[in-house]
Amino acid sequence: MKLPDFSKSTKIDKVGVHERISRFCKRSIKTSAKKHGLHLALSMIDLTTLEGKDTPEKVRRLCYKASHLHDSLQGLPNVAAVCVYPTLVRVAKKELEGTKINVASVATAFPSGQSTLDVKLSDTKFAVNEGADEVDMVISRGKFLAGEYNFVYDEIAAVKEACGKAHLKVILETGELDTLDNVRKASDIAIYAGADFIKTSTGKISPAATMPVTFVMLNAIKDYYKKTGIKIGMKPAGGISTAKIALQYLVMLNETLGDDWMNKDLFRFGASSLANDVLMQLQKQESGYYQSLDYFSKD
Amino acid sequence: MSKLNLNKTWNYAAATESTNHILLKEKYDLFINGEFVKSNSKKYFDTINPATDEVIAKISEANKKDIDLAVKSAKIAFRSWSKLKAKERGKYIFRIARMIQERAKEFAVIESMDGGKPIRESRDVDIPLAANHFFYYAGWADKLEYAFPNKTPKPLGVAGQIIPWNFPLLMAAWKIAPAIACGNTVVLKPAETTSLTALKLAEIIQESGLPKGVVNIVTGAGNTGAEIVNHPDIDKIAFTGSTNVGKLIQKSIAGTKKKSTLELGGKGANIIFEDAAIDQAVEGIVNAIFFNQGHVCCAGSRLFVQESIAETVIKKLKDRMSSLIIGNPLDKNTDIGAINSKEQLATINKYIKIGQEEGGEIYQSKCSISKKGNWCPPTLFLNVSQSHTIVQEEIFGPVLAIQTFRTIDEVIEKANNTPFGLSAGVWTEKGSKIFKLTQELNAGVVWANTYNKFDPTSPFGGFKESGFGREGGLHGLKAYLKFE
Repeated sequence: MKLPDFSKSTKIDKVGVHERISRFCKRSIKTSAKKHGLHLALSMIDLTTLEGKDTPEKVRRLCYKASHLHDSLQGLPNVAAVCVYPTLVRVAKKELEGTKINVASVATAFPSGQSTLDVKLSDTKFAVNEGADEVDMVISRGKFLAGEYNFVYDEIAAVKEACGKAHLKVILETGELDTLDNVRKASDIAIYAGADFIKTSTGKISPAATMPVTFVMLNAIKDYYKKTGIKIGMKPAGGISTAKIALQYLVMLNETLGDDWMNKDLFRFGASSLANDVLMQLQKQESGYYQSLDYFSKD
Repeated sequence: MSKLNLNKTWNYAAATESTNHILLKEKYDLFINGEFVKSNSKKYFDTINPATDEVIAKISEANKKDIDLAVKSAKIAFRSWSKLKAKERGKYIFRIARMIQERAKEFAVIESMDGGKPIRESRDVDIPLAANHFFYYAGWADKLEYAFPNKTPKPLGVAGQIIPWNFPLLMAAWKIAPAIACGNTVVLKPAETTSLTALKLAEIIQESGLPKGVVNIVTGAGNTGAEIVNHPDIDKIAFTGSTNVGKLIQKSIAGTKKKSTLELGGKGANIIFEDAAIDQAVEGIVNAIFFNQGHVCCAGSRLFVQESIAETVIKKLKDRMSSLIIGNPLDKNTDIGAINSKEQLATINKYIKIGQEEGGEIYQSKCSISKKGNWCPPTLFLNVSQSHTIVQEEIFGPVLAIQTFRTIDEVIEKANNTPFGLSAGVWTEKGSKIFKLTQELNAGVVWANTYNKFDPTSPFGGFKESGFGREGGLHGLKAYLKFE
């Protein structure tokens, strides 16, 4: 495939993007539509723990939660994946055996990406060998902002190769990219370099995922699909903590990419506290009453 | 070509705005001299919900005698209102603005029931903007001498105001607020298909304690309007509506001392350059032509796309159209509501037919449309040129004529090649191009990288057959003042 000139990526008008977002947020999602949306959101969650203080025990608890979200509610889906550091992949993999829940591992000197390609590749290979189904890599933002798009492209392509069968999610860390024009450019680079998913953030930089940034990335995915017929996935991560926000993201997805993307194979939420809020809303849909958050397990 | 299935499986459940809190009378009379009075014609006509064909209420038809009464009461009220301390005038207008805000939800629901526009628009655009116009001109009431330094601004007298059906309350606000802020008194006639919010405004005006006769609201169709235009004691005509009626009005007041401002039709050019932010430009096209079902005088009904990006833009536009939700105006998720009246629907369909007969390539987004009510799906025409009827004439519906261009001079020439001159839109990331076009386009409003944005502080009005005089901003005051 002929590569586009990334310096000429589609321009983005920030004011126009914000206006469109406000339209998504004004959709009124009620009753049956709400229930459907909440189930969908739950099934798309990558339950995440990425802390320096993570231990095997913590990861085991998280995995149990992933497959037993709220047993008192019938017919709930599982989350899509559990996302951990490479050293904890093996623990998670063992704990999730027999479930359909994937193990995702961050890699490539997460979260800063400030390391050599060798280190990044061996980090990736280690995670894959430990059993990771999905790899979440970070791009070199410094190089990107310095205009070295070829470097960023080559790095992603190399990591993709190192992933083998594992799915590659490319984290743009949009909180460091400054403009929506840059977000679009970085999305194009990641997609053409071989990303299976593009992802907004590490969760370590503020702001993390926002709707405008996600919208720009969805449009990059749309344009690539229109050109090649290939479907790239999207993962907003960080800052999506309530069911209401998650539904707004799903409205945006529904009206930008549509049906084919409305599943966990092509859309994920990277979030840790979202699940419980969605569960609380679902419980309310069943019973008509809000329960205290203390009725939902925190792991 | 890879297809997108937008907005298909996950249908948003109906989120209908309740109408339980709406207080509507069965019959509405004329608001003259601070009271609701029965018309001398004793006739009533139906006002109909264009989405359901149901009769909502009966509206009184004013005849010559009623107009005479209304103008008389305005003339008497002018004596004291024009002499009232300007600060006091401002207070009344502020009060009206606040009362509109307090009852915003009720107004929004009635506007959507009576006119067919989606509640999202009446709630977020029409009603808040109407209140803002009253707030804005209330502030000017006691500052007129500062607005026009070294001149002595004086009110004109009795203003006859005739407004259209596309933004019923908002147009009433555009007309009444500056007129009474400047010390004039008013006889206003709303359009016959959408009189309800103006009559609700009359209730607010009554409650506000505004001196009797300062604002009179009379209802009826074209004949009633003609009685206002031809009444000898009217000092000023302010009209918003079609160019044809505007021409008639000018003929009837020729040779009289009556001043006038006319805000008439348009055929706005929306111009997309290859260096524009394409996705946002596509959104802009949608806002420009499908806002309020295209019942907008400044609608971007002629689209000019630079040839190099035409194919991309049209594909994206078709995709975007497939995600628009058309239906019940009272559903909060509705993007496009009902066509205002059977007559207007017939006009739109007539133009769609002409467009096809003249060889235009039509594209309409698929949508299921209810049997009752007046509906028209969003419509595009490709393969049309400046010589096609649908490119030349105002349709006032959700119908967009698309042409391409190669150079900036070509598009300026084509954009100006129309008897109208109300509005235009320019989409480019290059600032210098924007400045060139704002200089050279013959249009009262030129929006850059946006479309259909309104604000009380910004003057609005046209060139050529789109009318004259400005409404909004400082310029809007001038139309209601004389300088001695």
